Amino acid sequence: MSKKISEEEYRRRLTVRMKQWISGEKDPYLGNMEIVPSKEFVPDKKKMEQYQEDRDRVRSKAYDTEHNPIYRFFRHFYKAAALVCCLALITILMVEVSYLPPVGSDKNPGSNEVAAKYIEDGLQDTGAVNIVTGMILDYRAFDTFGESNVLFIATCTVLILLRNDKKKGKGSAEQEEKRDSFYEPKNDAILQTVASVLVPIIVIFGIYVILNGHLSPGGGFSGGAIIGAGLILYLNAFGFEKTERFFTEKTYKTVSFCALTFYCLAKSYSFYTGAHHLESGIPLGTPGAILSSGLILPLNICVGLVVACTMYAFFALFRKGGF
Amino acid sequence: MAFVQNVPFFSIMISMFSGIVSSVLPKKPAKWLNTAAISVIGAMSAWLLGYMIEVGGSYTFMMGHFPAPWGNEIRAGALEACMALVFCIIMLLSMLGGRKKLDEEVEHSKHNIYYILTDLLLSSLLALIYTNDLFTAYVFVEINTISACGLIMIRQNGRTIEAAVRYMIMSLLGSGLLLMGICMLYDLTGHLLMSNIKEAVHGIMEAGTYRIPMIITIGLMTVGLAIKSALFPFHSWLPDAYGYSTVSSAAMLSSLVSKGYIFLLVKIFYRVIGFDVICSSKIINVLFVFGLCAMIFGSVSAIWEKDIRRMIAFSSVAQIGYIYMGFGLGTTEGVVASLFHIMAHAATKSLLFISAIGLTDVSAGSRSFFDLNGAAYRNKIAGIGFTVGSLSMVGIPTFAGFVSKLLFAEAAVIHPSQKMLPTLIVLAISTILNAIYFLKTVIRIYVPEKDSVAKEKGFTTVSIKEQKLYTATIIAFVVLNLVLGMMSEPIIDIIQTGLGNFA
Repeated sequence: MSKKISEEEYRRRLTVRMKQWISGEKDPYLGNMEIVPSKEFVPDKKKMEQYQEDRDRVRSKAYDTEHNPIYRFFRHFYKAAALVCCLALITILMVEVSYLPPVGSDKNPGSNEVAAKYIEDGLQDTGAVNIVTGMILDYRAFDTFGESNVLFIATCTVLILLRNDKKKGKGSAEQEEKRDSFYEPKNDAILQTVASVLVPIIVIFGIYVILNGHLSPGGGFSGGAIIGAGLILYLNAFGFEKTERFFTEKTYKTVSFCALTFYCLAKSYSFYTGAHHLESGIPLGTPGAILSSGLILPLNICVGLVVACTMYAFFALFRKGGF
Repeated sequence: MAFVQNVPFFSIMISMFSGIVSSVLPKKPAKWLNTAAISVIGAMSAWLLGYMIEVGGSYTFMMGHFPAPWGNEIRAGALEACMALVFCIIMLLSMLGGRKKLDEEVEHSKHNIYYILTDLLLSSLLALIYTNDLFTAYVFVEINTISACGLIMIRQNGRTIEAAVRYMIMSLLGSGLLLMGICMLYDLTGHLLMSNIKEAVHGIMEAGTYRIPMIITIGLMTVGLAIKSALFPFHSWLPDAYGYSTVSSAAMLSSLVSKGYIFLLVKIFYRVIGFDVICSSKIINVLFVFGLCAMIFGSVSAIWEKDIRRMIAFSSVAQIGYIYMGFGLGTTEGVVASLFHIMAHAATKSLLFISAIGLTDVSAGSRSFFDLNGAAYRNKIAGIGFTVGSLSMVGIPTFAGFVSKLLFAEAAVIHPSQKMLPTLIVLAISTILNAIYFLKTVIRIYVPEKDSVAKEKGFTTVSIKEQKLYTATIIAFVVLNLVLGMMSEPIIDIIQTGLGNFA
């Protein structure tokens, strides 16, 4: 005698779903999938006409080519002048490049004692097997600190432009969010499946690139960009609700604040001791080991965190004006 | 090493760190942190200035454990300390003077971002002043550009967004040319440190091997920085950017941001290329001609302008022209005059912007020139500030503008050349044009308006008691102008010895 099961349990059975799918009765995923918005966007006809009329009126006044010969002249003149300027600049640069020292020759001014010391003593001085990382995070760390501040201030300007601080009414953050989720395809099975496989791999790879920045090509900037890409993919697949469990504006602020503060304080210490010819007391470790090369590894982690947060923040801001 | 020699390093790091900390602070603490950081850095710069005047010369400061061509390095002398001090004072006063307006014009939730931008702007200006390495300079030029853009568009309306876009395009064009110049220079010399490049450039010019690419490289860097500091044919972004942004931003942009680039250009002329090479390269003649054009056309545009803030902005174009004209003379006296004018113009232009906002506020917010009748009676302190600023710009003795005009004229006469006559003539014409548009505004703000008209247009009156902070700011600005105008001798000494140390 067969066991009696409820209707719901019966429907959930794999065989039944398989049968339904083969016979085309019901796509097992269709119920959850929104490929097109449920309501078609219908533009307001009256408003559109009004816009068009206003636009035509402004254009006919501002760009009145028929009655305004000066404007007509300048419209062509600007095009021609832009072309001439660009061609002139291109010619000048081409001429200059043709005079420059040949690429890769060992007699170039570029191959001098500066580059030689980086290559010969880089490993000894910084403890980093990857000379480029040694250069940007130890020899010329001040420049790199400036560069990470460029990223920080770029996020600030995007925040000014795109963050929606309106609490209520038309165009408020809440409404914008609703609109975003309205047009957004949610719970796309293919995307979600692929993302659930790829995202962990991407993030782990990013962490690998950051942690091995001083040993192999890579480092904070590239690793952070990889992690950021992983986060963006996750956001696209699962939506804001899922990402906001672990990444809100507060997280962003805390993470980038901590990373930049650590960077600033650590490097201030190292600059100060360096300028006064004091021992910094930070061990360089065995070259080639993960825990080596002094401050480079923690600084790489900081840069990576800042870059990853910045990437994600840009995407979130452009999509809904907030996190 | 004396402890005071750490000041350049401390001031750059303090301003950056306060910017980073402001990102997690609410509005009020961020404001206080900003004020405190600027004041502390100003005080430290004054300390360094005193020390450097006593000791003389200049010194380099190693940023890290590695000496110069391998690691980063900054360099300070009396001139750098003096510039840092003036920039700090003007930034502090601009922030204080525009504080009330900032509350009205900027969304409250975004105030702390404004303070982040100003902190990082200050750090980039300080780094441009102290840097001894071209690539460090480029990195901080980037910070400067982005923060200036943010300062323009933080007051969100259509005009500022448009102005910010224009500013961004022109400024990035300038950055691009500068970066190309630095790359080519590195290719030719193999160095990024200023003193090492100078040696290599000297060798190149003597050997004559890479003369043509060298000249093009100098041209690229000069044009790049000229675009960023709004020299005449590249000034189209300027009036909108200064005219519509919030008033502190306008004051800082006109008096600090463009001046930072010009100071970097002076450093490139003296410390990277060598002034004799620059003078023989004919590039200064181009700067001279465009400087003269800017002096005339900037003033003419200002006369045509009906909007008072845009008028002041156009006046900046003319003043930038003065500075480049000084470079164009090709003598050390000319550069001294230009550097003094950087300070004089910074002190005066920010005063004008801050006092103009007081005048327009009591005229029902109208920026039109015709609504300003009697505005100086309705807001007395703003009227005084505007008058002092105008007189200084026109070049009345005892104010800062007079000294710089005198220095320009002296510089033109002291080494007679073909450039003497055009300089003197254009200087005279430009002074008259300045007088026309500034004095007509001063006269208009002191012409009383009928009560009935004032009531109809909704004009208001503000007493000094209601705006204590604003009054104090204006008084400080006036004092700064008088100091620059009447005690110019020691400052000129500092500039001269500083330029001597540059070479």
